[in-house]
Amino acid sequence: MSNVSEADVRAEVREWLAANWNPDLSLVEWRGKLADSGWGMPQWPKEWYGRGLPHALARAVEEEFANVGAVGVAKSGVRLLAAATLLEHGSDLQKKKFLRRILTGEDTWCQFFSEPGSGSDLAGATTRAELQGDFWIVNGQKVWTTSAHHADHGLLLARTDWDAPKHEGLTFFVIDVRQPGVDVRPLKQMNGHASFNQVFFSDAKVPQENLVGSVGEGWKVAVTTLAHERRGADGLAPPSKRGARTGRIHAEERAETEKANQPYKWYPQRAGRVDLVIDRAKETGANKDPYARQEIAKLMILAKSAEWTARRARAAQQQGRPQGPEGSLGKLAASHVARACSRVHTLMTGTDAMLTGHESPREGIIAEILVSVPAVSIAGGTDEIQRNIIAERVLDLPKEPRFDTGPFRNVRKN
Amino acid sequence: MSTSEESRSEPKRRIQFAFTDEQEEFRSAVRRFLNDKSPTNEVRRLMATVEGYDPAVWRQLSEDLALPGIHIPEQYGGAGFGMVELCIVAEEFGRALLCAPYFSTAVLAANAILNAGTDAQKSVFLPDIAKGARLATLAITEPDGNWDPAGIKVVATRDADGFRLDGAKSYVVDGHTADLLIVAARAPATTGLEGLALFALDANAGGVVRRLLESMDPTRKIARIDFRGAHADLLGTLNDGAKPILRTLDQAAIALANEMVGGAQTLLGSAVDYSKLRVQFGRTIGSFQAIKHRLADMLLEVELAKSAAYYAAQAAAVNDPEWPALASLAKAAASEAYLHSAAECIQLHGGIGFTWDNDTHLWFKRAKSSEVFLGQPSYHRELLMQRWGV
Repeated sequence: MSNVSEADVRAEVREWLAANWNPDLSLVEWRGKLADSGWGMPQWPKEWYGRGLPHALARAVEEEFANVGAVGVAKSGVRLLAAATLLEHGSDLQKKKFLRRILTGEDTWCQFFSEPGSGSDLAGATTRAELQGDFWIVNGQKVWTTSAHHADHGLLLARTDWDAPKHEGLTFFVIDVRQPGVDVRPLKQMNGHASFNQVFFSDAKVPQENLVGSVGEGWKVAVTTLAHERRGADGLAPPSKRGARTGRIHAEERAETEKANQPYKWYPQRAGRVDLVIDRAKETGANKDPYARQEIAKLMILAKSAEWTARRARAAQQQGRPQGPEGSLGKLAASHVARACSRVHTLMTGTDAMLTGHESPREGIIAEILVSVPAVSIAGGTDEIQRNIIAERVLDLPKEPRFDTGPFRNVRKN
Repeated sequence: MSTSEESRSEPKRRIQFAFTDEQEEFRSAVRRFLNDKSPTNEVRRLMATVEGYDPAVWRQLSEDLALPGIHIPEQYGGAGFGMVELCIVAEEFGRALLCAPYFSTAVLAANAILNAGTDAQKSVFLPDIAKGARLATLAITEPDGNWDPAGIKVVATRDADGFRLDGAKSYVVDGHTADLLIVAARAPATTGLEGLALFALDANAGGVVRRLLESMDPTRKIARIDFRGAHADLLGTLNDGAKPILRTLDQAAIALANEMVGGAQTLLGSAVDYSKLRVQFGRTIGSFQAIKHRLADMLLEVELAKSAAYYAAQAAAVNDPEWPALASLAKAAASEAYLHSAAECIQLHGGIGFTWDNDTHLWFKRAKSSEVFLGQPSYHRELLMQRWGV
C-alpha cells in the first residue's frame, strides 16, 4: 500500500462520499456501508472492514469525512479496544461475528478486568472460569466497569488454572452480558455520580468459541487491550463540527454521543479545570491577594509545563525519534496538576467551598472539582504504579522484589 | 537553524517542540568539548582561582566552536544563530558546570549591546566579543539586590564628551575580569522606568573600582563595582529607556533557566547512578520504593522545567508576543526544579553527600545562587501574573 499517495486516497474517498453519503439514512444503515466499503476504518486490514492504509492516510480520510460532514463509524466506549484486541488475537469466526456490529454501533462493549481484590495488580484476578461440556462457567466479581449497564458483550479476564503462576493461569473471553448469570449494579462514587458498575457473575456461561487466543494466554491478550487503552487515553473524541449537520443521521449521532458521554460529565472536573483558574481569580478578587497570586502562578507554571512536555513527546514521536522520558510522565503530571488545581480553587473560593450544587459558585462546578480530583491519581494506574513504571523503565532502577511467584493457589490474596 | 535577525523580523514562525537534527548535532559537539575540558577536577581547580576560568579553554571554545558569538549576527562577526542555540550552550555549560565568563560576556553583555547599541557600536564591540578576544559583562543590580530596573540608582550625568557615572553596582557576574562594562543607569532626577539607559565603558577606566565578592557559588564569580565620576558612552539612544534593559534581562532569564535545567539533569543522573551502586540492608538503595518514587518525582520535575525552558527559548527565537512572560515562567520553574534536585541528590547520597569531596555541593551551590540570580522564583511568579494581565 506504500505506493498509494495521499492525493489518490483523498480523490478516491471524495468520489465514494459523493456517491454514497446521505444524511437521511439511519445511523446503522450508513455505518453498514462504511464497514463494507472499508472507509469507516481505513487503517484496518482489507479483509476485515478496512482498506489497509497507513495511519497517516487514515487521518486524511477522516478529514475528507469532516469536510462533507459525514458521520463515521461508532467509536465510543470500549468498542475499539475490543476490536483491536480481536483483530490481533481473535479467531476468524469471532472477527466475523463481532467486528461489523462494533462499527455499526449495534453492539456495545465493556471490559471486565479490575476486581475488588485486584486493582493495580490486574493479573491477580480471581474470577474463575471452568470448562463444563461446551461452555466455560464463570463465577466471581468485576468492578469499575464502564458502560456495563448497556453493554452487549464484555472482554473478560478470568482464571482458568490455579496451579500455574499468576500470569500463566489466565484466559481471555468474550462474554455475553445480557444473560441471567450476569448481574450489573451501578457503583456510586464519592462525587455522587455513578459512572461505573460492579458486576457479579454466578454460573454465567461462555461458549467455547468465545475464548480469545488460547487457554492460559489471557494475560498476553489483555496486554494488547491495555496498550490500546493507554494509547487512546480516555478521551471522548467529539464528533467533527465541520459541514452541515442537520440530517436525520446527525440527530441520531448526537443522541448516541449524549448517551455515551452522560456518565462522564464530571471528567473535566476531575482533571482540575485549570482553564477556569484565571477567570475565577478575577471574579473572586483572588488576583489582588499576593499569596493567592503566588499559588495561582505556581499552578499555571505546572500546568503549562505539563502541556509542553506532552507536546515535546508528540513532536519527538512525529519525527520518529526514540521516545525520551517525557513520553512516560503525562499521567503523573496530570495528577499533580489536578491536585494543585483543587488547592487553588479552594483558596480562591474560600468559605463558599463548603457549599455544593446550585448554592455554590459556577452552578456546582467548583464543588465538583473539589470532590472529583481524587480520582485522577487512581484511575488508569495509580500514581504509585506510575512512579514504579517510570523508575524501572525510564531510570532503569531495580524491579520490586516479588512475593507472587509459584502456583497462584499459594499466593497471598485479599 | 535561523539567524537571530530573522527571528526578530519574523513573528509568524511557529514555536517548535523539538530540536532540529542540526541543533542536536551542535549540542553533541558542545557536550564532547565539555566532557574533555570541564571534568569536576578542573571545575574544582578553577573555582579556587581568582580569575575563575582557564584562558586556554576560553580560547578554544571561542576559536574552535565560536560559542561567544553563537547568537551574534554574521555582520557583527558572530555565527548568526539565535536564542535556541544560545540556550543549548547554556544548558550544556550548566550540565558540566563549566567555569568560564560565558554568561557575562555572551548572554548578558552581547545581548545588551544587540538590544541597545547603534549599528556603529555593534560593529565596534561585537566582533571582539564573538572572537572571544574581549570579555564583557552587564551591571544592573545594585547593593540592595533589586532586579527590577525601576530601582536603579546609579546616575549618569551628561558632560562635555559623554556621560559620568556615579554610584554602586553589585552582583556583577565576572565583573572583576571583564574588559568591557555595560552599565544601566538613570538620568539625574528621574524615577522608575523613566530616564534609564545603558552605558559602555572600559572596565579599567578611571573612577571604576572593582572588588571581587566572596560568593557562595565559587564557580560563578561576582563583583561589586563603584563608579566615581567614571567616563562612559551612551549605548544607543536615550529615548529607548528601560526597553533594552528589560529585554536583556528576559533573555538572560531564559538562558539561565536553560543553564539550570542542564544542572538539574546532572544532579538527577548522579542521584540515579548512586542509587544503583550503594548497597544497604543487602540491596541497592535504588531497589527501595521510597527511593524509586523520589527519583521518579525528580525526573518529572526536571522534565517539566526543561519543557518550560525550551519553550521559552523557542518563543523568544520566533518573537512570540508572550515570550517575556514565558521568561519569568521558565526562570521560576527552573529555579525550583534545580534547587529541589540538588537537595534530593544530597539526601540520596546520605552522609557522603554532605562532604566537600563529593561533587554534589558544586551543583547545589550553583542551584542556590541561580535561584536568586536575576530574581527569585516568587519575584518571577509575580512578574508572570502581571505580564499575563492577572
